[in-house]
Amino acid sequence: MAFITCQDASFGYEGNIAVSGLNFEVRRGDYLCVVGENGSGKSTLIKGLLHLKNPIEGSVRMGDGLQPSDIGYLPQQTVAQKDFPASAYEVVVSGRLSARGIRPFYSRRDKAAANESMERLGIAPIRNRCYRELSGGQQQRTLIARALCAEGKLLLFDEPVTGLDPVAAQELYRLIERMNRETGVTVVMVSHDIGSAVKYASHILHLKTKQVFFGTTAEYVNSPAGKIFAGDGEGGPAGPPTGEIPEEGERNV
Amino acid sequence: MFDTLAEMFSYTFLVRAVVVGLLVSLCAALLGVSLVLKRYSMIGDGLSHVGFGTLAIATAMNAAPLTVSIPVVVLAAFLLLRISENSKIKGDAAIALISTGSLAVGVLVISLTTGMNTDVCNYLFGSILAMSKEDVTLSIALAIIVLAVFVLSYNKIFAVTFDENFAKASGVKTGAYNMLIALLTALTIVLGMRMMGAMLISSLIIFPALTSMRLCKRFKAVTICSAIVSVICFFIGVVISYIGATPTGASVVIVNIIAFLLFWSVNLLKVRVRK
Repeated sequence: MAFITCQDASFGYEGNIAVSGLNFEVRRGDYLCVVGENGSGKSTLIKGLLHLKNPIEGSVRMGDGLQPSDIGYLPQQTVAQKDFPASAYEVVVSGRLSARGIRPFYSRRDKAAANESMERLGIAPIRNRCYRELSGGQQQRTLIARALCAEGKLLLFDEPVTGLDPVAAQELYRLIERMNRETGVTVVMVSHDIGSAVKYASHILHLKTKQVFFGTTAEYVNSPAGKIFAGDGEGGPAGPPTGEIPEEGERNV
Repeated sequence: MFDTLAEMFSYTFLVRAVVVGLLVSLCAALLGVSLVLKRYSMIGDGLSHVGFGTLAIATAMNAAPLTVSIPVVVLAAFLLLRISENSKIKGDAAIALISTGSLAVGVLVISLTTGMNTDVCNYLFGSILAMSKEDVTLSIALAIIVLAVFVLSYNKIFAVTFDENFAKASGVKTGAYNMLIALLTALTIVLGMRMMGAMLISSLIIFPALTSMRLCKRFKAVTICSAIVSVICFFIGVVISYIGATPTGASVVIVNIIAFLLFWSVNLLKVRVRK
């Protein structure tokens, strides 16, 4: 049984369907990249995977011993957080919460894990700085460090490179790929950077308000939806895949 | 100075008021940090208005104020929380609706029964004479509960306040924590309301958090600092109100404003110096 199985699932807001016809599964050790343009339903799907949102129809099931608390999640930033008085360390260590259960305090191991993931992302020197005084990229890295130190079985990233400069973005992609390869942690990433998706991911899910493609990266590159981007696989960030795919039902929200 | 304090504390009613006030301001400050950061400051204000309405009704029915106020205000807290969670803009208006509505009900009930008298003034702006022995016991119990909840679930409260979606995804029952905070806020407001006044009690929730956020950079520091600031401000306020025979609630709020300005200007100076 796979970690996550989606069967004919649809998600939406207040009766409007944002994304439908989802049939895919995420297995242990996969690196799934969810691609698609703005408004294609990527973030809605993420909410569904996190059980913040129930499917309108169809089902999303967890299996193979995956619990909701095993998911480390990196959200897109909300405005309210930007002026939050917290140190970078306090934010990172809160990633350990899912492993805590009802035990109220962080153990030495939790603190060590937080410090280690800060080292990994190169933000150890700013551990005591105030979150609201960090640059956008540093804030992003802090949130990533939080997701990393959750040390669950599955890491869920929602547009992780937003606000990072190209060098930092590539570093981050490499870091995530290394984590996936070395520790075997399963990765699900939402991205509109198809070039990097093809370069690093093992599986691709292409959305366009419905499921356009799901399969391995090799299959994707040879598929009609993916062919357009095949040449971009080795390059830098590819442009957003706007309007080039021969698919009807285009929608911008 | 010490003579004044000694004289002050020779009155039993003042000792009671100070004990209740210190505990209420401690609880309010702790809950306030989370409420202010979650943009729920208005809930505190709304609750105190509901509290005023229930006080008026309790007086009209000759019932003990707390037995009527506590259940109604707790109910209102859940309602307000639900409203603010569902939609941000409409929630704002709905809180104002409930606030003014319960204020109107309170005023109407009072004018139909006892008539507009000093009671109304006391409800609105507080009276130091209002604290009974029962209140002291209740506020000690409340303070213990708030402190215990805060210490034991501090990390979860941080996560829920900082990023509710993440906390939810980590398996924290965010709804339950929001309810818990609303419940404790309701209790704190009902207890403090008669002394601080229905119009002024929400300042105890909002001011200390905002004041300590001027200077503190870490969540833990903000929480501890606002608890200390709140307690000190209350004490200074009470002493001032005793010496100058000024209304207690208003004096405490004024001291809080001064503390806020003080912290704010220190922060300005710090930024200036660093440049």
